[in-house]
Amino acid sequence: MSTMTTNQATQVYSIFIKATPEQVWDAITKPEFTERYFYGARIELRGGRRYSSMGGLDWDEEVLETDPPRRLVHRWVSAWDPEMASEEPSRVTWEIEPQEGGTTKLTVVHDELEAAPKTAAGVAGGWSYVLSGLKTLLETGTPLEG
Amino acid sequence: MFKALADPTRRHLLDRLFERDGRTLTELESELEMTRFGVMKHLRVLESAGLVVTRRAGREKLHYLNPVPIRLIHDRWIAKYAEHHVAALADLKHELEETA
Repeated sequence: MSTMTTNQATQVYSIFIKATPEQVWDAITKPEFTERYFYGARIELRGGRRYSSMGGLDWDEEVLETDPPRRLVHRWVSAWDPEMASEEPSRVTWEIEPQEGGTTKLTVVHDELEAAPKTAAGVAGGWSYVLSGLKTLLETGTPLEG
Repeated sequence: MFKALADPTRRHLLDRLFERDGRTLTELESELEMTRFGVMKHLRVLESAGLVVTRRAGREKLHYLNPVPIRLIHDRWIAKYAEHHVAALADLKHELEETA
């Protein structure tokens, strides 16, 4: 896999988590959760912006839509990498759907990546890692690593 | 998921989506010597295994490769300390096979 690259203007990731939509919503919008699975980033929503803090770096993105605990849409900037950060902001949509049997389907759509090819390639592996970590944290109470 | 991956046509469909995501049934069907119904059946197996996710775009249904279930397998059986050994072996295999 490591010798291949993927570069898609729309990327879709989906996962089933044994948790309620409210728990999933909290896990993606509260820093005490995000820092345990999102590459250590503390992420929170405040005043129509999505604030991130990671490794001494702080940045924020515009929130386009918020409908807790079902839907969150925001701009995306890969601020930790200068080349990616200089590309056009893309868009991330989180869809949270309750399923029968106490599970929740979480779908992440990362799109509007046409003008951000480096970001598209850069996030392609990252989303799988993040969602896997989110599932582990919510289902076991402990993060994947550490 | 392993059953879904245990079929060469389904692996081929995933390869096509890995190259370029967001394809319609018609596009996927055109590269296979198989009836539309046959391709649909394989896509349904992939979808129920979570390996393919579909989204509607207007009148079209687009198919996307969802790598998350594969990542879950990775996280379950490939311990963190072993990851770079596994990656090195995978790289070696790709290199040897490309030059062969």
